[in-house]
Amino acid sequence: MEKELRLMKGNEAIAEAAIRSGADAYFGYPITPQSEVIEYLMAEKPHERTGMVVLQAESEVAAINMVYGAAGCGRMAMTSSSSPGVSLKQEGISYIAGAELPCLIVNVVRAGPGLGTIQPAQSDYFQSTKGGGHGDYRLIVLAPASVQEMYDFVELGFELAFKYRNPVMIQSDGIIGQMMEKVVIGPQKQRRTPEEIIKQCPWATVGKPTTRERNIITSLDLVAAKQEEFNLKLIKKYKEVKENEVRYELINTEDADYILVAYGSSARLSMKAMDLLRAKGIKVGILRLITLYPYPTKIIGELTKKVKGFLAVEMSAGQMVEDLQLAVQFKKPVAHFGRLGGVIPAPEEIVEALEQKIIGG
Amino acid sequence: MAEITIQDIIKKENLVYTKSKVMTDATLSYCPGCGHGTAHRLIAEVIEEMDIQSQTVGVCPVGCSVLMYNFLDLDMQQAAHGRAPAVATAIKRLMPEKFVFTYQGDGDLAAIGTAETIHACNRGENIVIIFVNNGIYGMTGGQMAPTTLKGMPSSTCPYGRDIEMMGNPLKMTELVAQLAGTYYVTRQSVHSPRNVRRAKKAIRLAFENQKLKRGVSFVEIVSNCNSGWKLPPVKANEWMEENMFPFYPLGDIKVDGEIVSK
Amino acid sequence: MTEEIIIAGFGGQGVLSMGKILAYSGLMQGQEVSWMPSYGPEMRGGTSNVTTIISDERISSPILNKYDTAIILNQQSMDKFESMVKPGGNLLYDPNGIIRHPERKDINIYKVEATHIATEMGNVKVFNMVVLGAYLKIKPIVKMENVMKGLKKSIPVRNHKLLPLNEEAIKNGMKSLVKA
Repeated sequence: MEKELRLMKGNEAIAEAAIRSGADAYFGYPITPQSEVIEYLMAEKPHERTGMVVLQAESEVAAINMVYGAAGCGRMAMTSSSSPGVSLKQEGISYIAGAELPCLIVNVVRAGPGLGTIQPAQSDYFQSTKGGGHGDYRLIVLAPASVQEMYDFVELGFELAFKYRNPVMIQSDGIIGQMMEKVVIGPQKQRRTPEEIIKQCPWATVGKPTTRERNIITSLDLVAAKQEEFNLKLIKKYKEVKENEVRYELINTEDADYILVAYGSSARLSMKAMDLLRAKGIKVGILRLITLYPYPTKIIGELTKKVKGFLAVEMSAGQMVEDLQLAVQFKKPVAHFGRLGGVIPAPEEIVEALEQKIIGG
Repeated sequence: MAEITIQDIIKKENLVYTKSKVMTDATLSYCPGCGHGTAHRLIAEVIEEMDIQSQTVGVCPVGCSVLMYNFLDLDMQQAAHGRAPAVATAIKRLMPEKFVFTYQGDGDLAAIGTAETIHACNRGENIVIIFVNNGIYGMTGGQMAPTTLKGMPSSTCPYGRDIEMMGNPLKMTELVAQLAGTYYVTRQSVHSPRNVRRAKKAIRLAFENQKLKRGVSFVEIVSNCNSGWKLPPVKANEWMEENMFPFYPLGDIKVDGEIVSK
Repeated sequence: MTEEIIIAGFGGQGVLSMGKILAYSGLMQGQEVSWMPSYGPEMRGGTSNVTTIISDERISSPILNKYDTAIILNQQSMDKFESMVKPGGNLLYDPNGIIRHPERKDINIYKVEATHIATEMGNVKVFNMVVLGAYLKIKPIVKMENVMKGLKKSIPVRNHKLLPLNEEAIKNGMKSLVKA
């Protein structure tokens, strides 16, 4: 199929991208504000379009473990949920990281803690980037700021997941999930054949032929020294991820005195704030994070030399700002601005926060 | 004195039994007298006899049999506690032509994994579920299981299971037999040669059923746990006959999709 | 050109689909568009609103608190959004069911009797198209041919037989716009 333009919700873009990228399976459980993902998939009959398996599981717990099973067979498997549901998935995500399986997890974040609200938030940053479940592991975390990126990051996410044999998370939020924008839809990619899967994933459990040893998918090692050896292997992998996969966008930073550091929908709000600030003659630029893990520490180090201060804009009580402060190393002022509980900050409030906390402070 | 090796004892001409090729050379980690080893062997023999080793993927649980993948020469996945039916669901859905089974204990299948068990059975996934029920948590040191009998002691009910305080033992097998998605449901044991033969027949039928695509085949194996029960192996088997079997009676419950037990 | 619009009314009035058709029309003529609904408990029959932005440039925030145009279809939305129109901006409303009419002097206020017109046309479902027509009379930011293309894209194929009726509703809306 040719490239085409469509007006889509972020959640629908995730679903269409899953089909088009040749994903083998989606397992999920409905939760607002992301139920459109499974609704769209079910309506599109992907089992007819590409043979993709889509199943509504009995719980988020079951869904992530279905992803584990499918990924263990070398399949491109994914799930999506929103914050409370992603908390439920953490055990499974830890096992997936521990078994070094590739998969894609989408979190369309809503405000918490607990049941919280169904309104958008970015308060799962710690959960996404610092582990989430038990044990020493990391996810590669992508933060789309547009519906187009919701679409594009599905394929990118799978690519990174298989490259590193590691779970990848798309951390979106209720705004990006629910809004509609223009999306360029790519051509349909063929799903891999069983032979191609075996070639790409010689570790997959697909039935043991006489020509190789049995494949075992597990995260268990009862010998401490061997488990440590495995932990060190993971650390090495994450180091490689940090070296190769940092992604970000710089907007008007060349002449900037101040930098707004933001991701996802707060980056969009910050763009509006930047326009307002520039109209006042204040030179503001934006560092938009595309990967939340790995964090773009290096570019922040470079910007630190040039600018007068940073404002982390995030819809949380101050999570990402901790990584920003670590990168700036107290060499320049760093402050945080965020609204909580599902309240979306107005661009004017961001303007005020920068003026009061950084320029005036 | 020269050391006698195993080769001195076992010679081709006096060999009357050999382990299945689907079992590895690893030494079983189970306690002497435990039923797990026999249950493993039966699965291995059925897979060998059906010649489906290259088409089989197994899912092992959390519990004593967590290391089952060390003993069976199969592609296997080790699932999080209780999640084996969800894991197996995905494997089978993505590779419908393969044979997929789970092997789970009572804690895994009937406590922490109750939801996954019920829903995989209710959806009628074309998988085999082997459920080993010894009424106790073996690996963690003999705590109460959902299937611990009334009055039966464990480390978390040292004065015996008090129904008022701790609730009733759960007959999971009777429960799943009620679900439209199960096709074959049976309860067996592996404590005597006769029962071993019957259990093997049941496991064979369960695997054969996968070809029919008519839903879950569920085989419970009532087993012992002499360590957890704090009884010598022979006594443990006697205790099982006297106490477990009256509450968990052996035999088929559902065959070809029809309830057959009274 | 950037036009930032809020459309607000009751669930069931076709608020979200009006915004979607507008966004699709912009898309059809090569512009950048965004459509951001309120979602949540208000989805279930209460008030409903959608921010639609059409622009020649990359759209920054899809959520705003100042609008070029507010299209207001119930009293609650009037109370909430009248103050959020930029000075010199436009407010379009259907007087049906409005108790407190807009009072601002620094914005342009327009009326369209959309409920009335839709009822006369014999299909209350075209209400939102009447309103859309009135809006396009104020701000012809999208061409009629692109509106029809957008409409075709946004409604299910089984309803395509209703396209002429929708076109008529848009034209009736254009004819019936009144400056307050």
